[in-house]
Amino acid sequence: MAANEFIIRQISVFSENRPGRLAAIAHALEEERVNIFAFSIAEASGFGVVRALVDHPVRAHDRLTKDGFNVAFTDVIAVRMRDEPGGLYEVARLLGEAGINIEYSYAYSGPEGAVLILRVDRPEAAIAAITAAGKDLIPSSAFA
Amino acid sequence: MSPWNPRFEEMPAAELDRLQYRLAKTLAYRLYAFSPLYHARMREANVHPDDIRSLEDVRKLPFMYKRDLRDTYPTGLFTVPREELVRYHVSSGTTGKPTVVGYTEKDIELWTESLARAFTSIGLGRGDVIQVSYGYGLFTGGLGAHYGAERIGATVLPTSVGNTERQVELMQDLGATAIACTPSYLLHIGEVAEKMGINLGRDTALRTGILGAEPWSEQMRRHIQERLGIKAYDIYGTSELSGPMFTECAEQRGIHVWRDLAYIEVIDPESGEPLGPGERGELVITMLQKEALPMCRYRIGDITSIIDEDCPCGRAHPRIERITGRVDDMLIIRGINVFPSQIEHALLEIPEVGEHFQIVVDRKGALDEMLVRVEVRKEAFSDKIADLMQIQRGVAHKLRNSLNVAVDVELVEPGSLPRFEGKAKRVIDRRVL
Repeated sequence: MAANEFIIRQISVFSENRPGRLAAIAHALEEERVNIFAFSIAEASGFGVVRALVDHPVRAHDRLTKDGFNVAFTDVIAVRMRDEPGGLYEVARLLGEAGINIEYSYAYSGPEGAVLILRVDRPEAAIAAITAAGKDLIPSSAFA
Repeated sequence: MSPWNPRFEEMPAAELDRLQYRLAKTLAYRLYAFSPLYHARMREANVHPDDIRSLEDVRKLPFMYKRDLRDTYPTGLFTVPREELVRYHVSSGTTGKPTVVGYTEKDIELWTESLARAFTSIGLGRGDVIQVSYGYGLFTGGLGAHYGAERIGATVLPTSVGNTERQVELMQDLGATAIACTPSYLLHIGEVAEKMGINLGRDTALRTGILGAEPWSEQMRRHIQERLGIKAYDIYGTSELSGPMFTECAEQRGIHVWRDLAYIEVIDPESGEPLGPGERGELVITMLQKEALPMCRYRIGDITSIIDEDCPCGRAHPRIERITGRVDDMLIIRGINVFPSQIEHALLEIPEVGEHFQIVVDRKGALDEMLVRVEVRKEAFSDKIADLMQIQRGVAHKLRNSLNVAVDVELVEPGSLPRFEGKAKRVIDRRVL
């Protein structure tokens, strides 16, 4: 599999830091029948960025744009972790040893195990290091 | 391109001086005889119409103020009997009681004449379709532009304000070549057109914007011209002058004020002392031929300067630079004078944020705090918080440099700030003084 098959399109949404903004985003996604696998909110003074991994990123992007939101696609990778003590350490250590910097990260733990979503400075190198260590990456084809 | 009225537009300066002197003196007599308020004010200032012996003597005459119109509401400053009036207009009165202005037949005629000269000077005429998107009704903008456009033989599309999608459709279907509206409304029309998949420059016949009724900047002109693919001209006037009256000529270098219709001065708003050409201060305007509501040395409250150099167009009529603010719009933040137009000016130089903004002034303890809200442009949005914070700091830095006062900046979602279809109200002042 080519490395770019593991590069996943995350949607990032600019949001003002005031009541109801997340609800507006979530409601739009509900109406589009878009399911959210994982998401996080990063906050700064007066605004935030909502980042989400969804099953239909293009549909989500188009709808939120139509609703007037600032939306961007961002490339991330998703690694399966062991859902037990040491699982995160294993992935973080191998990226650290490969000299790859993590810009931000968030995780979810579902019925099929735990997944770590990573935005890194060098995604291709990260994919190579993770694959070489025998860890599983989730392919972008998992997100329609 | 030949002028609309060569007799006055090409009149040599010396002849215009004599004409202005005669008209000013006649005006002084008219007010002395028929305006109780101005009569009393002249006596108080110990000046009689006989004392006006040269054009410079106009400066001996007392000022008129906006509050005079309110104090004599509705028609106490009129100098003709009501049966001579052919029309009223009423200003919205954002700062108090509304003000009523009235017109004789000749007043309407000279208002129309002024705009006919102005529109001709920017290349409009027979064959043009002029969409008038200023409000019609009590506001002077719509009817004023309408009469001027009809006078030069253009076809008028009187859309007034609002229902923007329909404005775009009609503009396209009827081939509007020019539009008269506020600059912020034209930007709004452009945005709505884009959402409809229409690019004004490419998909319509629109080539000319006649823009005014709110302060705007040279950067905003460039922005409008580039973004919409048209030439944007500044128009100036207020209901006390009759309505929109004067525009730039094709040179786009300041607004020509017809000397046979108006005598202009710029003064220091604090001391009332006259300022020289190029010095920025409050515009004082004397309408030389108005009958129903004569305005003499009227403190209009707009900030500008007189451009005294000869215009390449050849007209010996002075120009004023674009209005850069209002004496009464001025915000005083921690003792520093701030004009909202300076903020607009600064924002247009920052590509990452949009041209709309909102100012919130508050007082924390004894200190004024100014917050400026700006929209992040789609193209500038980055998933990285650090990039966004850099935009925020960049805007704050730029505003601090141009206003000389520290400003908090809030980034908001695109399209979330209010758009204005008339005069923009961009300041929320929460200070309890």
